[in-house]
Amino acid sequence: MLVLLIDSANLPQVIHGPTSIFSPAGTPAHSIFSLSMLVLAVTFCVFLIVASLLTYAIIRFREGRYKGEAEEPPQIYGSNQIELSWTVIPILIVVMLFLASARVIFTTQDATKPASSLDVVVVGHQFWWEYRYPKYGIVTANELHVPVSDSKNPEPTFLTLTSADTDHSFWVPRLAGKTDLIPNRVNSMWIDPPDAGIYLGQCAQYCGVQHAKMLIRVYADTPSQFEQWIKDQQKPAVQDASKQEGREVFEHNACISCHTIQGTVATGTFGPNLTHLASRDTIASGSVPLNAKNLREFIDNPAHFKPGVLMPSMHLSNHDLDAVTAYLMSLK
Amino acid sequence: MATSQYGLLTQQPLEPWELPSRGVVGMLCLILAEAAIFLIFVVAYIFYEGKSLSGPTPAEVLKIPIFSTICLLSSSITVHFAAHALKHNKTRQTSAWLAATVALGTIFIAWTGMEWYELIYKEGLTIKTNLFGTTYYSLVGLHATHVVVGLLMLSLSLAFSLLGWQTEKHYNRLEVLSLYWHFVDAVWVVVFLVVYVFGR
Amino acid sequence: MATDASYGNALAGGAQTAPSRTALQIVHEWVTTVDHKKIGLMYIVSALLFLVVAGIEALLMRIQLAVPNNTAVSPEAFNRLFTMHGTTMVFFVGMPILFGFGNYLIPLMIGARDMAFPRLNAFSFWCTFFGGILLYLSYVAGSGLAGAGTAPDVGWWAYAPLTAAPFSPGHSTDYWTLSVLLSGISSIGSAINIVATVVSMRCPGMKLTRMPLLVWLYTVMSMLVFVTVSPLTAAQIMLMFDRYLGSHFFDTQAGGSAVLWMHFFWIFGHPEVYVLILPAFAFANEIIPVFSRKAIFGYPAMVAASVGIGFVSLSVWAHHMFTVGMSAGSNTFFVLATMAVGVPTGIKIFNWLATIWGGRIQFTTAMLFSIGFLFQFLVAGLTGIMLASAPFDWQLGNSYFVVAHFHYVLVGAILFMLFAAFYYWYPKMTGRMMSEKIGKWHFWLFLIGFHITFDLMHIPGILGMPRRIYTYEADRGWMIWNLIISGGAAIQAIATIVFVYNLVWSFFKGKVAGPDPWDAWTLEWAAASPPPPYNFPQTPVVESRRPLWDIKHPEDADAYYE
Ligand code: HEA
Ligand code: HEA
Ligand code: HEC
Ligand code: CUA
Ligand SMILES: [Cu+2]
Repeated sequence: MLVLLIDSANLPQVIHGPTSIFSPAGTPAHSIFSLSMLVLAVTFCVFLIVASLLTYAIIRFREGRYKGEAEEPPQIYGSNQIELSWTVIPILIVVMLFLASARVIFTTQDATKPASSLDVVVVGHQFWWEYRYPKYGIVTANELHVPVSDSKNPEPTFLTLTSADTDHSFWVPRLAGKTDLIPNRVNSMWIDPPDAGIYLGQCAQYCGVQHAKMLIRVYADTPSQFEQWIKDQQKPAVQDASKQEGREVFEHNACISCHTIQGTVATGTFGPNLTHLASRDTIASGSVPLNAKNLREFIDNPAHFKPGVLMPSMHLSNHDLDAVTAYLMSLK
Repeated sequence: MATSQYGLLTQQPLEPWELPSRGVVGMLCLILAEAAIFLIFVVAYIFYEGKSLSGPTPAEVLKIPIFSTICLLSSSITVHFAAHALKHNKTRQTSAWLAATVALGTIFIAWTGMEWYELIYKEGLTIKTNLFGTTYYSLVGLHATHVVVGLLMLSLSLAFSLLGWQTEKHYNRLEVLSLYWHFVDAVWVVVFLVVYVFGR
Repeated sequence: MATDASYGNALAGGAQTAPSRTALQIVHEWVTTVDHKKIGLMYIVSALLFLVVAGIEALLMRIQLAVPNNTAVSPEAFNRLFTMHGTTMVFFVGMPILFGFGNYLIPLMIGARDMAFPRLNAFSFWCTFFGGILLYLSYVAGSGLAGAGTAPDVGWWAYAPLTAAPFSPGHSTDYWTLSVLLSGISSIGSAINIVATVVSMRCPGMKLTRMPLLVWLYTVMSMLVFVTVSPLTAAQIMLMFDRYLGSHFFDTQAGGSAVLWMHFFWIFGHPEVYVLILPAFAFANEIIPVFSRKAIFGYPAMVAASVGIGFVSLSVWAHHMFTVGMSAGSNTFFVLATMAVGVPTGIKIFNWLATIWGGRIQFTTAMLFSIGFLFQFLVAGLTGIMLASAPFDWQLGNSYFVVAHFHYVLVGAILFMLFAAFYYWYPKMTGRMMSEKIGKWHFWLFLIGFHITFDLMHIPGILGMPRRIYTYEADRGWMIWNLIISGGAAIQAIATIVFVYNLVWSFFKGKVAGPDPWDAWTLEWAAASPPPPYNFPQTPVVESRRPLWDIKHPEDADAYYE
């Protein structure tokens, strides 16, 4: 019970951070956190006891204390009673830790899904994230928007996870433990961030060259923000006549075979959906902030920020590059 | 030389000292390892049963190989008799039993060959076709490989026996070989049940 | 009471003077040898070479990770580095070096002249050796002779479908499977040899209940090899079928399952780590009693615990898969099974503690490394328990916390016990003592380097740093830890150089050892140092667990108590 009193705020500052598992936010992360504290406390006690006994024995029975005694120490071969005691005590500890773990496993994995919950399908790709909101007909990439959820207004988000190519793992340490995305298989997990803000994470299953830059950003929005976001995303792509040239460049290059922009001929699904690209803060799954300079650089040579990326360079002329960048930047 | 009542220099062993033959122990270990390999292939077969995305299915193309199974299983008996005969140094009998074993094993492998031929050319099932093809050829093929290796060893033993090079002294080796052969048969029972009986 | 000299001479045979030979003759002798001692030494030397190679790979990774957004090595190169580092360390350092010591020591400890199947023994060694060479050939030939070479980059678990042809074109993955397959065949061969030797070659009087614990643990380890390396071999065969024949075992596009490979790999992979640790326990069981001057406490319990670990470890593999989405029920089962391993392992720790208790501890270098092992294994085991608590693992899995956990065992326990074994048995193998003075330097440097590196490595894991990333973001607060960790790795490298220097220096200049420099109790110390090809001029006969103790202390002989 003592453990439950330990609040994350009391831990030393070094243990906190934007992706620290000891700065939990939300139910799954919190229940894991309490369990961790229990496990840490128990194992620490075991360590303390065994390590002190070892240290004591090593100091107490060092040869130096017996200088001049030629005799070997008395030979002791064992004792069944002692063996029994150090079998039984660990068994009790194990049973205790096991029960505590089992409780959290069942409450997290088999949690009932409230009617108010949001469903998002997460598809892992080498090396970016696709998010689909079936209820709203939205497809977006790399930046996941979910509503905040508190005990008065529980609105958890249930993620359905699968993969288009190799294994990945969805891990936002402050929100919940990780769950793998595996081709041919559907997994699920849930999160319920209590406070608005950005929660960081990244792919936690080695998936190829750019596994390191498969970053995750979860935006927990207030109810009104979230509603607005949904509305914006549901609109078709912005049609700005002044950006017509860029749109033509896009539509006349291979871009359309990999990317979708709603309302254009572009319906590819190999790369991220770009319909509302300019509403995002970053590109290339969080590798760099989204601004005209970075975007142009990325389209010119995707491997510059992300060596090994699966988008090839299209070798566009400078003129075309500028046009396409301007067009994409207009896709609010 | 120093002698103490209790110590390693005592020259007389205090009790009779006899240990199992290392050949037999080695073969039993190998069998354990091989059994684990087969187990994994069997697990894969069962795991993928009915999960193929396209045909043909086992029920459509597999026929129960009763005759060849009887041949293979009876070869276990003949090899046992061969070893038994060698123990009592009846080399002529040994040769005869070994010949029977080789013949029965050959029938089995020939039948497998025919089965594969039909599957590949008539039914169009190869290892690439679907998950059934993948697991079927791997499992049965792995077993067939073991039969072939066993047949080679048995033929060698038969040749030695006919040439008169194999005598009572070599009983231990034939015993080890027959252990292997029994194992190959036992595996077939499992493969037979999994692939042809329950898997269809 | 027999004096040192009398039993030494009696069993060791006279000193032998070898006629001088040409270098070619010496090479020929080593390449064609079937003597268990020579094979054992070749295993050990080849493993040391690979240790340095894989260690350098680790250093390169640490250089890259020292600061965020570093560009010392490219992402592709980094992925190859950790794959090669992990594969080499497990298959071409860990396994061979343990089999090397086993090969050398087991026949001597049970009073046999050689292993049961000397030729199989040589075959196993060369399989491993060429397997390792093959693995490294990939660097020049991985994409086929025409293309530029690439080493495998799929990680040491080679999860499907990353290994499928579309995701890893070229031949680098083929090099990986082939060399691991070779290593597996070699391990199975060696394990067969060990069991057959132990069952069939013991000298008269060497009942199972009198075998040194080292021999017992190697036997348990070999049994584990049969049931765990074989599944790996089977899975490698399937992977090769997939890659060469176009079958679909792990082809997710044809309905194959990625999770099946995970199960197969970890059915091997988990018991494998116990295969690696059991020999380390085995060394501890020999070294700790001798330098505490006491018989091992609870011999039967130690045997039972090892067998228990062997059995339980077969049912825990999926604790590496807590995040793949198994049902809550399965997760719960694997939590219990995994934590249960802590019980027999605890018994071992407590028995070592009880062995030290009441002894006269001699702080030789070998003993220092063993003491380090005791503490470090304790910590590593406890972090294992944390990982075994599935929800905790949902956070810690695949993070640097795991990397810290397993290096704590692999380096802090296994490598430490290996160093101890070197200091302890080097005199037997070469006839000369290793320098204790250089040894102390080696110990303290390595200890400091080890703790700087691997203690701190837990922290970035807790702060959310995943493993197998070639670089990381600057704003996560991981940088300072990584920088210090890399510094620790450098200290370990220096310590390793000191160790290698000690090996070489002592070979030429070390004190002459004599048959029994440690005043020890098991049979190998009754043979000359180094032992002649036939080990013992006459087959020894034993009447207790500690035959040499009985000779030295007839008034208090173990044999009285049996
Ligand atoms: C020799 C190597 C070795 C050994 C001995 C161990 C021992 C243990 N390991 Fe470890 N482990 C590895 C090598 C090893 N491990 C490797 C290489 C990996 C990662 C592979 C990879 O991903 O690349 C790994 C990964 C790994 C994971 C997966 C993490 C992940 O990827 O998500 C887990 C999870 O349960 C785990 C648990 C344990 C446990 C419970 C033990 C137990 O055996 C420990 C038992 C010991 C003790 C508990 C201490 C002594 C006991 C007492 C003093 C008694 C009292 C204590 C209690 C009752 C608690 N290990
Ligand atoms: C027995 C096993 C073993 C051993 C001993 C080690 C030893 C070390 N390991 Fe490793 N390691 C693994 C097994 C092992 N490792 C495994 C299985 C993995 C997982 C791979 C995967 O994810 O697929 C791994 C992964 C791994 C990673 C994670 C990579 C990643 O996930 O991105 C790191 C990172 O720091 C690391 C570091 C180290 C270091 C610093 C050492 C040090 O202790 C090494 C000390 C030794 C030396 C430094 C050698 C000394 C060098 C010389 C004497 C030569 C000097 C000469 C010159 C410099 C010219 N190891
Ligand atoms: C072969 C397929 C392919 C082609 C052709 C292609 N892309 Fe991409 N694109 C991708 C992939 C895959 C990504 C995801 C990269 C990553 O983050 O790993 C991507 C990412 C992007 C992004 C960043 C999206 C985000 O949300 O992070 C932009 C912008 C983009 N592409 C624009 C273009 C333009 C413009 C063209 C044509 C000139 C183009 N792409 C052609 C595959 C392609
Ligand atoms: Cu996706 Cu790692
Ligand atoms: Cu494990």
